[in-house]
Amino acid sequence: MEKHITLPLTEELAKTLHAGDSVYLTGTIYTSRDAGHKRMCEALARGEELPFDPTDATIYYVGPTPAKPGAVIGSAGPTTSGRMDAYAPTMMSVGARGMIGKGARLPEVVEAMKKYSGVYFGAIGGAGALLAKCIKSAELIAYEDLGAEALRKLYVEDMPLVVIIDSEGNNLYEMGRQDYLKNRQ
Amino acid sequence: MREINVSQLTDVIEKLCIEANEHLPEDVKCAIKNCRACEDGEIAKGVLDNIIENFDIADNECVPICQDTGMACVFLEIGQDVHLVGGNLAEAVDEGVRRGYDKGYLRKSVVKDPVRRGNTGDNTPAMLYTEIVPGENIKVTVGPKGFGSENMSMIRMFKPSAGLQGIKDFILEVVETAGPNPCPPMVVGVGIGGTFDKAALLAKKALMRPIDSSNPDPFYADLEKEMLEKINQLGIGPQGFGGRTTAIGLNIETLPTHIAGMPCAVNINCHVTRHKTEVI
Repeated sequence: MEKHITLPLTEELAKTLHAGDSVYLTGTIYTSRDAGHKRMCEALARGEELPFDPTDATIYYVGPTPAKPGAVIGSAGPTTSGRMDAYAPTMMSVGARGMIGKGARLPEVVEAMKKYSGVYFGAIGGAGALLAKCIKSAELIAYEDLGAEALRKLYVEDMPLVVIIDSEGNNLYEMGRQDYLKNRQ
Repeated sequence: MREINVSQLTDVIEKLCIEANEHLPEDVKCAIKNCRACEDGEIAKGVLDNIIENFDIADNECVPICQDTGMACVFLEIGQDVHLVGGNLAEAVDEGVRRGYDKGYLRKSVVKDPVRRGNTGDNTPAMLYTEIVPGENIKVTVGPKGFGSENMSMIRMFKPSAGLQGIKDFILEVVETAGPNPCPPMVVGVGIGGTFDKAALLAKKALMRPIDSSNPDPFYADLEKEMLEKINQLGIGPQGFGGRTTAIGLNIETLPTHIAGMPCAVNINCHVTRHKTEVI
């Protein structure tokens, strides 16, 4: 099913999304990879605030290439989400609900998604040039020393995504493969 | 004896780093398009359409195909009648990588220490392999290697009794374990034989060979075909969303090995299997 959605990702909106849905996402998202997540979780442990308001926020696991002159951003496809598994439940516990990446997640992340109504979106891995087209603005907001891994605030329009794991824990990686194998027989 | 100034190498490597990251080899593009024609599922077709659109954008606008512009794997086949002048070879190679990744607006993805981390800021050092061959030319190949797929690679030291079946099971096990993580459809490089280190190098070299080519030994050419077919029966599909196209190519490279062993390395690459070669 094809859906156009606008952020923030409220609990109400999250519950309308199901594994396998094709989604075109519009709104403000934040970028972070493992180095940034580590710092954010350490900041939370010290009782500090995050560089952005995590309430109903969506985080894109990406480290873009540098922007060419005149461009908003360089190529910007997803990185492997599993490296953020150690931090994702903590991020959800403070309100961050959406995650955009690629690849499998650990059961504890799926449990946290069910508890906090989280949604895991897949962007096409390796399609960095195409995905950059949806990014209309990019602003560096923290951890500049991390280079490509710095925290950025992006505004995206109609970013093509697929819901991989929904807030009930349904998983497209399992369902899609089973469906294909069943239909082939 | 032919004198070649290492600055020539620097220039060629700078150029190849940029070109390899912006333009996918024709054999890879062709394989992706052929697989698109064989998919039935809407999600799988959509994913492959987006992947084709992506490499077209990268081609036309000269931007990186993928944001993971990789570690720069550099292979030099140096003719034994070449005399390199003008500086240190490894430094000249790194300078080429440094300039290519700067001028091409490519991502700097290398940390200076594997445990203590810290970005080197210029994507150096290159992963450099040199080989002395007959002749008076230098064949330069640059293969930027992304780590989403590199992380899903494996090596195993088999007992000879494991035989061909052991190798077949292992290849499928590596692909199955990789699942959606290495951005399928993937390209699979297999290295069999040699020593622990040589098997891994063979697997990497297998990824540098065009995927529409076959191993010259018919036994391994048949194995390449058979294993690609078996992988594409797993159902993982484009991006792991289910479908026929789990891999678009599988290459095998081999070497003689010890009577007591049968090393096998499987190096996984994504659909952005990049490499570019030039002869100096």
